[in-house]
Amino acid sequence: MSNPMVKIESLVKNFGVHTVLNGINLEVAPGEVLCIIGPSGSGKSTLLRCINHLETISAGRVFVDGELMGYRQRGEALHELKPHDAARQRREIGMVFQKFNLFPHLSVLENVVEAPIGVLRVPRATAIAEAKAFIARVGLADKIDAYPAQLSGGQQQRVAIARGLAMKPKLMLFDEPTSALDPELVGEVLEVIKVLAHDGMTMVVVTHEMGFAREIADRVVFMDDGQIIEAGPPSEVLENPQQARTREFLAKVL
Amino acid sequence: MSQTSNHQSVTPPRGAPAGDFPLIRAKKLIHPWRITSAVIVILLTTLFVLDAAGRPAYDWPSVGVYLFDRRVLEAAVNTLQLTIFSMAIAIVLGLILAVTRLSPNPVLKGIAWVYIWVFRGTPVYVQLVFWGLLAVIYKDISIGIPFTQPWFTFETKLAVSVFILAIIGLALNEAAYMAEIVRAGLLSVDRGQEEAAKALGMSWGRTTWRIVLPQAMRVIIPPTGNEVISMLKTTSLVTAVPYSFDLYARTHDIAAETFNPIPLLVVASIWYLAFTTVLMIGQHFLEKRFSRGSHVSGSAHV
Repeated sequence: MSNPMVKIESLVKNFGVHTVLNGINLEVAPGEVLCIIGPSGSGKSTLLRCINHLETISAGRVFVDGELMGYRQRGEALHELKPHDAARQRREIGMVFQKFNLFPHLSVLENVVEAPIGVLRVPRATAIAEAKAFIARVGLADKIDAYPAQLSGGQQQRVAIARGLAMKPKLMLFDEPTSALDPELVGEVLEVIKVLAHDGMTMVVVTHEMGFAREIADRVVFMDDGQIIEAGPPSEVLENPQQARTREFLAKVL
Repeated sequence: MSQTSNHQSVTPPRGAPAGDFPLIRAKKLIHPWRITSAVIVILLTTLFVLDAAGRPAYDWPSVGVYLFDRRVLEAAVNTLQLTIFSMAIAIVLGLILAVTRLSPNPVLKGIAWVYIWVFRGTPVYVQLVFWGLLAVIYKDISIGIPFTQPWFTFETKLAVSVFILAIIGLALNEAAYMAEIVRAGLLSVDRGQEEAAKALGMSWGRTTWRIVLPQAMRVIIPPTGNEVISMLKTTSLVTAVPYSFDLYARTHDIAAETFNPIPLLVVASIWYLAFTTVLMIGQHFLEKRFSRGSHVSGSAHV
């Protein structure tokens, strides 16, 4: 087996006296699609945010593509990375947020080219050509000059995905990408994510869409109370859960 | 609006003749108190204007003479320059102060905090007097490395005119207020914006400059317009430096020669009001420019 794309070792995350993640061990293989499910407050989103070091971690290690996230290890001691180096690590990981977080003052095209031009220093013309391709790929070629406020939630989220893809990440993180959407708009976003999965993008998706998880996930992780309760192929975790807590949760959401 | 309701079975299908459903033509509600108060206001205003026109103390012929007097025009230009230069410096400096105050660097944060504390904590009039006494406090200004032979030295009085001192005084005071306005604007931007930029690998500086600040402008511009207008009038305090070629001081001086202060006060007021009006129009267009992307215009959901 090749080296894991994501490797999480004994991860603990405390917010003050609150332990949100309590000893997480998890690996994601290149090309794998991992769905994280669980009740709200179980730490799913926090786990995702620890992967690209949007949250500092309290204990343990997070590696992405073999690289320790957020720190440099010298012997026993960990040294904080300079902001510049932390940013360099993050730009290889795409992230899609629940509330899209598009830049409202920039058009669709400007949203997508902002980081490739500003961070990766891609020449403007190249960046625009590539951005147009990514926008077309999420089905919004006719919207490149629109502003986010002129788009539906589903369209905004697809732009957000295109924005992440434009950085040519080796890993995509989705934080409940359809939770803020009207029900009839969920499908179009899931469709885009599905295509990415077929193209072999490594993805970690926090989701409440069980049908979607069953369809695209190579593996499903059920979390509760800051811990991984159960992990395995969807056919096992979703169809034939071994743990009582998993069964309880699934009984509520299915 | 038959085209928006074509999914509801109770309304006619798209393109149905409107004649089937007579449009409502209701009598408009009458607001008797609005009409009464409007009449009263118009009446009182007319009385005041007629009275003022005939009152000898206003000396309207003199107002006409001095409104476009060369000295007054020059003073108006000076006031405008004081306003524009000091405000331009204050906006840039305020921006820097606000950004440093929110920066992750504790040293910069501290400097910004102390600056705002001092310049907001003392009256602008007192500060202007201090700047006027700069040449007394620091007779010469030397540039170089401390405790070594300076590269060059100049006499403060000769190097810095009262006009420059007035601008410095107004600008440094105003910067403290601008810093607070900009800071409020920066804080008004949704945290998710910074996070999205961070996740894209953007640096703190680039995130602030390209993502947060442009969105903050919508919150920053209205109070800034207010500050510009306020500055226009605060320039009348520069006599404290003492600089005496601004609109207020100049009209005051002319009045001292003619022993007729009221028409010159009117002249100054007319100019201040004219400038304020122009500034208000400018602010309106700036606000429009920076609200880009915040409104749903045209057809939204297609």
